[in-house]
Amino acid sequence: MLYHIAKRILLSIPLLLGITLISFVVIHLAPGEPMSLQTDLNPRVTAASKAQLRHLYGLDEPLPVQYLKWVWRSIRLDFGRSFAPDGRKVAEKIAERIPVTIFLSVLEMLVIILIAIPIGILSATRQYSLFDKATTVFVFIGFAIPTFWLALLCMNFFGVYLGWLPISGLKSMNYPLLSLWGKFFDRLRHLILPVLVGAFGGLAGFSRYMRSTMLEVIRQDYIRTARAKGLSERSVIYKHALRNALLPVVTILGLSVPGLIGGGVIFETIFAIPGMGQLFYGSVMSRDYPVIMGILVIGAVLTLLGNLLADISYALVDPRIRLAKER
Amino acid sequence: MRELMQRSIFWRHFQRNRLALMGTGIVVTLFVVALLAPILSPYDPTEVDPQHILSPPDQQHRFGTDRLGRDVLSRIIWGSRISLLVGFVAVGIATFIGILLGAVAGYYGRWVDSLIMRFVDLMLCFPTFFLILAVIAFLEPSIWNIMVIIGVTGWMGVARLVRAEFLSLKEREFILSARALGASDLRIIFRHILPNSLAPVLVSATLGVAGAILTESALSFLGIGIQPPTPSWGNILTGGKDNLEIAWWLSFFPGLAILITVLGYNLLGEGMRDALDPRLRQQ
Repeated sequence: MLYHIAKRILLSIPLLLGITLISFVVIHLAPGEPMSLQTDLNPRVTAASKAQLRHLYGLDEPLPVQYLKWVWRSIRLDFGRSFAPDGRKVAEKIAERIPVTIFLSVLEMLVIILIAIPIGILSATRQYSLFDKATTVFVFIGFAIPTFWLALLCMNFFGVYLGWLPISGLKSMNYPLLSLWGKFFDRLRHLILPVLVGAFGGLAGFSRYMRSTMLEVIRQDYIRTARAKGLSERSVIYKHALRNALLPVVTILGLSVPGLIGGGVIFETIFAIPGMGQLFYGSVMSRDYPVIMGILVIGAVLTLLGNLLADISYALVDPRIRLAKER
Repeated sequence: MRELMQRSIFWRHFQRNRLALMGTGIVVTLFVVALLAPILSPYDPTEVDPQHILSPPDQQHRFGTDRLGRDVLSRIIWGSRISLLVGFVAVGIATFIGILLGAVAGYYGRWVDSLIMRFVDLMLCFPTFFLILAVIAFLEPSIWNIMVIIGVTGWMGVARLVRAEFLSLKEREFILSARALGASDLRIIFRHILPNSLAPVLVSATLGVAGAILTESALSFLGIGIQPPTPSWGNILTGGKDNLEIAWWLSFFPGLAILITVLGYNLLGEGMRDALDPRLRQQ
């Protein structure tokens, strides 16, 4: 078991290096230099001071040297300073945004699990029933619906037309004045739309996946054995079948990390939520290269972590892997 | 002869699938709409009309007008050209790269294979949307750049698919016999193996068009895709977001157009997959 985990972690190190290499290539494919935004429009910048700036940023060194230096700094999470007027450290800027994004992603994942697993089980055990057909339609629409459009529709209906839910931000203007419970409910009200809309896309894919693994498991011999033993249908489905059907699902959860994080750009922008996605969008609009590169690397590392966690938890729940290497 | 038979089996199963036929209908309709845009659209999509700013749907403007008084229906009709173009060119690029790398990896195996597949793993580590945004930050958001970027960041699935097909096909007897006859690697790859592995690629390309259209509309919605005044479904929706409280028609209709289009390609792709996969047929 430990061997398996250690192997997984070691295997992700070259991937990590590769991530930094691709990010580095992306910066250097860019036409123009990172600092041209600061110097090109300024008539007082002389050739000498340009060279000085190039030297300051280390742009006069050969590319491999630049890459190694950049990797060394990235490992220590030093992504330089933002080009934005505040000129703060990139790592600091990202660090204050990450918790919001991760919190939202975890909530979305919980919603997906809580809704999709029962849907998958029900439509698999009642294949071709009315419920199954209804979910199939729902799944096809879920795959096809542009989530930002769904967000707009929900904002319009629940926020503007009905006036039930706030449509932007994470807290109200009068947040500091509220009681403890008031604060809690205020947060909750702000979270409902972003989390539900964010979970919607994943919901479709996940319930369909759950349905197909469940269908596969139900056809296995050991399920027939369980039925033959005279076990109740309930314990056949929820004990014997469900446990085995949930195995591959763990992997899918890990693989859904990039989608959730990437989707964050759209939701956080629409709902004005101060997360990493919103920061990324702002940085792209103002061409704040150091922040863009920092988030690109962090996003990839989070994805890698998601995969790693999926692998490890898969090993934890699957006795075939858990016991295989313990000799 | 055998190929003909397989084709007729495919058609028989495809025709029985009502959802697949619906998808085909949607896709064909979209092609017709895009082709006949100048005839079908009641107004010039970029014509500004100060008399009718943000007017709700009525007899004159079926889908209402936007904040410059442009007819939304006409803009949606012309926007179908953009989504069609982006969908096909982006997927064309992705499929080309994917087939090339997947074929080389699967055919040559060994270190070539490991090198290419590790690169695929790497590319899959990046949240695709992040990668696209990062590249766009450096480039001008023109329609060509958008198509190239979506294509270049979307080939990994195809590469894996083609590689798997090549791995299983290259050991078959007809390949051995081709090699015995002295066929070159290139000839074996492109004349013998590739044509036999195209079916699943076609399915994934069809589903890929749907994905590319969704990505383009999201980018245009965020203001970093197709730039106005060129109408695209995504950038009409931006206007919908800015006028959320007063003009529901600006966000409702273009979103519906995206939904129906993507649904059409998905149904078509799934229908093709079901008709091609003999395992699914028996169920």
